[in-house]
This record gives sequence, structure tokens and C-alpha cells, in this order.
Amino acid sequence: MIPELGNFSLILAFCLACLMVVIPMAGVITNNQLWMSLCRPLSSGIWVFMILSFGCLAYAFLNDDFSVNYVANNSNSLLPGRYKFAAVWGGHEGSLLLWVLMLASWSYAVSLFSKGLPQDILARVLSVMGIILVGFLLFMLLTSNPFERTLLNTPLDGGDLNPLLQDFGLIVHPPFLYMGYVGFSVAFAFAIAALLSGRLDAAWARWTRPWTNAAWSFLSIGIALGSWWAYYELGWGGWWFWDPVENVAFMPWLAGTALIHSLAVTEKRGIFKSWTVLLAIAAFSLSLLGAFIVRSGVLTSVHSFAVDPERGMVLLTIMLLVIGSSLLLYAVRAPVVKGIASYTLTSREVFLLINNIILVVATAAVLLGTLYPLIHEAIYGEANRVSIGKPYFDTIFVPLMGLLAFALGFGTFSRWKKTSVDYLKKQTGKILIASVALGIIIPLVVTSEFNISAIIAVILAFWIVFAVLKDIVDKTTNKKSFLQGLKALSLSYWGMQVAHFGMAVIILGVCLTSHYSVERDVRLAPGDSEIIGDYEFIFEGASLEQGPNYQADRAEIRVLRNGEDYITLQPEKRLYFATRVVQTEAGIDVGLFRDLFTALGDERGDGSWVVRIHYKPFVLWIWLGAILMAFGGVLAITDKRYRSSKVVVQNESTATSANNNSKAKLAVES
Amino acid sequence: MITPRKQRMAIVSFIVAGSAIAIGLVLFALNEGINVFYTPTEVAQGAVPSGQNFRIGGMVKTGSLKTGELEGTLVEFLATDCAQEIPVNYTGVLPDLFREGQGVVADGYIDSNGVFQASQILAKHDENYMSAESVAAMEASGATCDP
Amino acid sequence: MNKRVLLLIPGVFFVAMLGLLLFGLGRDPNMVPSALVNRPLPEFSLPGLELDQTENNLVIASEDLKGGISIINFWATWCPPCHVEHPYLVEISQQEQDVTFIGVNYKDDLEEARLFLEEKGSPFEKIIVDLDGSLGIDFGVAGAPETFIVDSFGMIRYRHVGVINHQIWEETFEPVISRIK
Repeated sequence: MIPELGNFSLILAFCLACLMVVIPMAGVITNNQLWMSLCRPLSSGIWVFMILSFGCLAYAFLNDDFSVNYVANNSNSLLPGRYKFAAVWGGHEGSLLLWVLMLASWSYAVSLFSKGLPQDILARVLSVMGIILVGFLLFMLLTSNPFERTLLNTPLDGGDLNPLLQDFGLIVHPPFLYMGYVGFSVAFAFAIAALLSGRLDAAWARWTRPWTNAAWSFLSIGIALGSWWAYYELGWGGWWFWDPVENVAFMPWLAGTALIHSLAVTEKRGIFKSWTVLLAIAAFSLSLLGAFIVRSGVLTSVHSFAVDPERGMVLLTIMLLVIGSSLLLYAVRAPVVKGIASYTLTSREVFLLINNIILVVATAAVLLGTLYPLIHEAIYGEANRVSIGKPYFDTIFVPLMGLLAFALGFGTFSRWKKTSVDYLKKQTGKILIASVALGIIIPLVVTSEFNISAIIAVILAFWIVFAVLKDIVDKTTNKKSFLQGLKALSLSYWGMQVAHFGMAVIILGVCLTSHYSVERDVRLAPGDSEIIGDYEFIFEGASLEQGPNYQADRAEIRVLRNGEDYITLQPEKRLYFATRVVQTEAGIDVGLFRDLFTALGDERGDGSWVVRIHYKPFVLWIWLGAILMAFGGVLAITDKRYRSSKVVVQNESTATSANNNSKAKLAVES
Repeated sequence: MITPRKQRMAIVSFIVAGSAIAIGLVLFALNEGINVFYTPTEVAQGAVPSGQNFRIGGMVKTGSLKTGELEGTLVEFLATDCAQEIPVNYTGVLPDLFREGQGVVADGYIDSNGVFQASQILAKHDENYMSAESVAAMEASGATCDP
Repeated sequence: MNKRVLLLIPGVFFVAMLGLLLFGLGRDPNMVPSALVNRPLPEFSLPGLELDQTENNLVIASEDLKGGISIINFWATWCPPCHVEHPYLVEISQQEQDVTFIGVNYKDDLEEARLFLEEKGSPFEKIIVDLDGSLGIDFGVAGAPETFIVDSFGMIRYRHVGVINHQIWEETFEPVISRIK
């Protein structure tokens, strides 16, 4: 009964989505207010039915309803409760349901939080989101329905969830990732609405910014969670592999970051309009590309879903229709008239342009590296397959990010329209010297070795941090008191500074852990030990343990710090009964300034084991930095200029003012 | 005073210069990061010069995995495409999915003794445990596989 | 007019990428993940399981499988997906009269296997007992269930990983079977 209800809800959501495509758009064309206004109730209806459908599938999992094929393939009666719930999105069909649920949620949110939006714009936006909903719901209903049942000869038990997924990471990583991925559909819909209506202006940018920031923040957390999960779950001690599946989540993020900055220029100065629209289309297109690559099997990867070229064809068709038509619309309708504003060579506009160029080049480079094996095969044939490894991506990506970090310092002080080179020199001179000095001295003193890459990374991190701090100080010195000065700074300013600070933290985390990690694979017999720095890892042997649905070899590794007992780590090697899969559980001691990472290899007879021991400095900062960046994005959304309750009439002249003060520029009535 | 025309030219030349640098960087990086695939048969025929980094793909020959008696963390096995076999040495922890009779991809070089010194061993984790590259290698060699 | 043409560039680039991805889909990535496809059946001679008798003197050899199309299914009682596919196998084996279903009881307990088949019915004409998994290794099997199609000359023509249901039988098995008849 319940699965049938779930299926029926999906069908109803599909019908409503079809209506949401047609009726509001017809209302726009015929200027029918009623039809246009129907987009709101339609979007809430779709959301309700998607929630219902999701609830039915979750119910089936939690009640061990193995008559539902998807449940039988991805769950098991012995599976702990929270994983039964998370298993809803553990396979292709269920994760698609989650995807569509997220899309419906974003549509509903747009209808809820858009009081300042003209009705015809809202109608167009929701209609476009309806088109995407229709596409994916049709995909689900026709080829990937999670509610298919086997009523005769229902299996007694399920095939179990892949052990690698039986983990906290599965509970959080996909939801955040999908919220982000799918969230770029909103920016996309706004872009299409702008092209269709011909109204591409600063007001449009102001409407689009909060949605873009929200999606970007979610995606930042989603990617960080994925990286963190891979780190502690895969047992390798690595946290980024430039695997195709990772790359396709990262590319929308890179394009999204460029979009955030481009939208700032369009909102403040009314220029870069066509470019911003193109970026919005590109960001969501990259999300669709990601969905395709993960589910089609076109690229071999460590974590793709089970391969099915048929699904690939459907997704490719969706991509062709959605992206193809939007790019066609772009070519035909994007404004070619040059923006009125002019700006000097070291103005804020130019620094944001540099930001965009670097990010777009990075995106293109990652795309090339990800698709290159296909290109090579198309040219040279199947007998000559190649793969692109880490060295390619690192060689391209690291210098580009270095350039970006360097530009960020200057960009922080730049002003709209006109900034003199002398002014910039004056603002940055001292902090540049301080950063270089600290960047050279600190690594040398702490590690007693000269590592140029680490030095550059520390210099850049200090450079960003000092720029952020100095700018805050500069902006508060004219006020009566420091606290008053702080309060006067807008939330969107704080969001920017926090996010940039987060970037400095990530730079430090990534570079320091990459250069100063100590990684050893050693063979230890009981009683043997390995010394890294102040820590001694004593292997006390391994014993057999039983888990709920697995059997494990568990090692005891006693860790001494400066000769004294510090902690005992217990890495495991598990054999899961139902799937016969072998899986390592790492033993990790997490610290703010370093992680101690241990994992078990294989047994070598005579009681000795191959053990992996890593000392990883600052690895936590990678994920802390990502959280800071996401937090910065969220702060920026809460700025009061996005909370206006009346429709605002914008004209171009306000956008060309040279005033750096963001609040004065917008005629907002609140 | 910078005229709009000069400004436009400055931006265009900046973009052109930037593109040239970017393209150069990409080509250089591709060269660094590209991993060409060879089958054991091709390696046995001497298609790869000694010391050059590449990837070898095939199956782990059943019964060829040696671990216990070896020193330290050294692992030895034979990579086969059912026509030729190449001995592989690797020091370190093998991936969870590594098994005899299954597909494997290894990153490394052939030393002067004809032994493949692997710096990395790769495995994929879903139900298709033989990577597409290994399959292609098998089919390209066209020989029968008698375990 | 000039600038308009520039705006078409993203579209052109997209179409090129789409073409590349279509090419990628066209080639068969993991449909045939077995080195043994289009190779002869591994030679073996193993005990068989007879359901209605307590004593087993039956021996099955690879030669016995030639002379007709065989569907070789590796299964075990400890494998839940095998339980899922079992009823389908029973039905399909009754429908399809021109292929022979051979079961390989893989790394399993004989008594449990016998009980299971006696309770749930057996789709198999013959059941091979592979206690230590050596036949599985010869076939390149990593888990259960896995099913192979073998033609009348003893050549392995297809390998399927995972459960079989009616849809999979119709869409993947039947085309291969009609081709090799």
C-alpha cells in the first residue's frame, strides 16, 4: 500500500510539474495575472507530494519492506536503523528521488521568499524549474522508479547496503551535496527568466545573489563532507583524489564561486551582465554533467554508481534539451550593448574580472583533465587508453589558486570604478612585507627545513589574513568606538571577509598537510614500534572481533607522546557477511594542529601485520576552512538588503555611482 | 587618462597573454599527468622503455601473490593478460579490493630486471571490479586464459 | 552582428562536448567484465548434489555441459540476493525449455543448500558442489549470484553479475541465447 502511495505521489508531482511549466508561462505571454499567480500554489503542491513520496520510501526501508526491489537491493534486516534511513539515497533510484526532492524544495523556497519579485519574473523562474522537474520526474517514472515491487515470492531479506556506505558520512554527504548541486538550478532559472523577459539589470542580480550564495554554501559543505568521509573511511589517509566523480562536484563549485563574484559586479555596477548569465547557465550545466557522469559509466571512477548506459542516454538527452536550448536562448537574447560604466586598470571591477578569469580557467582545466581520457580514446582508439592522474591537476590548479590568493590581497582594498596604483601600494605595502617575512621565518623555524611551496603557501595565507584584518580596521577607525564601527559593517561585508579568511585557512591546511605529512607503511610484529616525531606507535597485536553484520581483525596500537601514554588507536579490517566485502576502518586521533592516522594492511603470518601510520599536520584545517567559507556565504544572505518586502524599481544610474558604500546604493524600502 | 579604447586593448592583451600562459601550463601538465596504459603482452614485447612511468593493467594471476615470506611490506604477484605475465613488486598496503583472479591496475615502471616496480595499486569499488582499462587490455591481447 | 556570433561559441563548445559524451556512451564500458567470455569453459570434475538422495555418488564434469545451451548460476544460501533471484530462476527455468539450468553451490553448507532447494523448489537440472570456491576462481567469480551463458560447444558467451529477474532475462539473456542457437 505505502509503496503504491509513494509511486502515486510521484505521478501527481509530475502532473503538477507539467502544469507549473505551462500555466505560469502562458500567463506571462497573455498577461493573465491569475495564471501567473498559480505558480506559487503549484510549487507547494509539488513539494508536498515529493515529501510524501520520500516519506513512503523511507517507511518501506524502516519497516524492512523487501517487496520493494530497491529496498531489497540496498538494505538488510540487520542493518542499524539510521543506515536503513540513509539507504534511501544509497543507490541510483533513491538518490534520484532525493535529487528531485531537493529541486522541489528549492522551487518551493523560491515561491516563499520572493515577495519583492515582480510576478512575471517569478512565473518565468518557477516555470523553468518546472521544466527541470518534469525532465527528472519522467526519467524516474520511466526508467528508475524506486517503488517497483516483487509481490510474489518476496525475498526474506535484503542484499545489504554496501559496507563502505554504512557510515555517518552517507547520512550527511549526499543531502548537502545535492542541496548545493541542485540549488544552482535557481540561479539558472533566474538567468533564463532574465533572457526571456529581456530584463537583465542590477535588480536581477540582487534577486539572484542570495539563492546563488545559499547553493554555493551547501555545495561547499557537501564537498568538504565528501572529502572528510573519504579520509577516514577509505583507509588511505588521502582526502582528494581528483577522481572524475569528485571533479564533477568541484566544477560547479568553481563556476559558482565565479558566479558569486560576477553577480557582485552586475549588482553594483550594472556591467558583465551577459557574462554573469552565461556563468549561471554554466554552473547548473556542470551540475547536470555531474549527474550524467556519475550514473552513466562513461568514466571509470572509484565511486560511480552501478553502470547503466541506458540511464546515460536519458540524462544526455535531458542535458541536450535543457542546456542546448538555454545556450541558444543566450546566443539570441543576451545583450550585446556594452555596459555604460568605465573603470580604471586597478579598480575593483578589474580584480573581480581577474577572479573570474582564474576560476573559469581552473574549471576548464579540470574539465579537460576529467574528459581527456575520452578524447584520447576517440582519437587513438580503444587499444590506447590513458588516464589523467593527480600530477596534471595539481600542476594546473595549485598555481592558479596561488595567483587568486595573491590577487585577493590587492582586491580587498580596491574600490569600484577608480583606484589608483599608489593607493593600493600604500594599503598593501606593509602587510606584503610582513607576510613575506613571516612566511619565510615561521616554516624555517618550526620545521628546520626550506620548502619553497610551503613558504609560498604560508606567505599567501598571511597575506589574505592581514588584508582582511587591515580592511576591517580601516573601516572602523572613523567611527566613535571600535564596537560601533564593527556593528556598522554590513552582514554581506562580514560574509565576504569570513569567507576569504576561510580560504586562507584552507590554503594552510592543504599545503601544510601536503608538504609536511609523514606517511609510513611498515610491517610490525607485536611489540614492534614506529617513531614519528614526538610520537611512538607501539603495535600490540590484532584480535578477532564480531560486529552486528561483520567480523573484524582489530589492532591495538598504543601511542606514546614524549615517552608517556597518550592514546590507544584501534584500526580494523572488517569482512561483511552478506556482501563478502573487505573494508578498513582507520584509527584516527583528531587534533587541531595534527591528526594521527593508522590503518591495517594485511596479515603476514607470524602475527605481524602491515600497518599504515600517518602523521598529518593541519589536515583538520581543510574542513574548518570550508565550514568558514560556507558560513561566510550564509552571513552574506542574511544582509538586510535582501529582505525588502516591497517591489523595488531600479534604474541604471544608481548602479554607476562611484560610491564604495554598498548600503547607500540601493533604494530599498523596508 | 586611459581612454576606453586603450583600456579595451589592455584587457584584450591581458586575456591573450593569460590564455597563452594557461594553454602552455595545461599542455605541460598533461604531459606530466598522463598515464599511458600497457598490457603485459606489450610490456613483454618491450613496448615500454625501462624506467619510464606508465600503468599496467591485467589480472592478478591466481596463486602468484607472495606476502608472508617476504621482507618488510614487500608484496609480489604476477600481472597477466592471459598471454604474458609480468612480475610486479609493491611495498605498502594493498587496497581492500585487491584479490587474486581479479583485475588490477598498477602505476610504476619496469626496472632493468623486467620487474614492474609499482608505486601505486588501484582498485575500484562497485560490483564491476575489473576496470575498463583492464578489460580493454584483455581483449586487445586476444589470447585464451587458462588459469 | 559581430558580437552575436561570439555568443554562439559556448553553444558550439557544448555540442562538441555532448558528441564526446555520446561517443563515451557508445562504447561498452563494463558490460563484459570477464576475461573468459568467448573462451572455453574451464575444465572441471566435481561432485554433484542430488536432492532426493542422502548419498552422493554423482560426479559432474565440464564435458557433461556440452551439447546444449547451459545457464550456469553460482549461488549460496548465505547470499541474500540469491534468495531474491531464486523464485525468478524457478519460473524462468520452467518457461524456457531449450536451455539447461545448472546450479553451482558456491562455498556453501551442503545440508543447508539441500534444505533450501527442497523447500523453495529447484530451477536446476544439475547442481555442482563447489565447497572451496575453486570452480568460482576458475570462472573469475568474486561473489554470488553470478550467472554464465555457455553454448553447446562449451564456450562461455556471457556473464551476468547480480540478481536475475524477468526484465533482465528478457533484455539481456534472451538476445544472447537467440544469437547462439
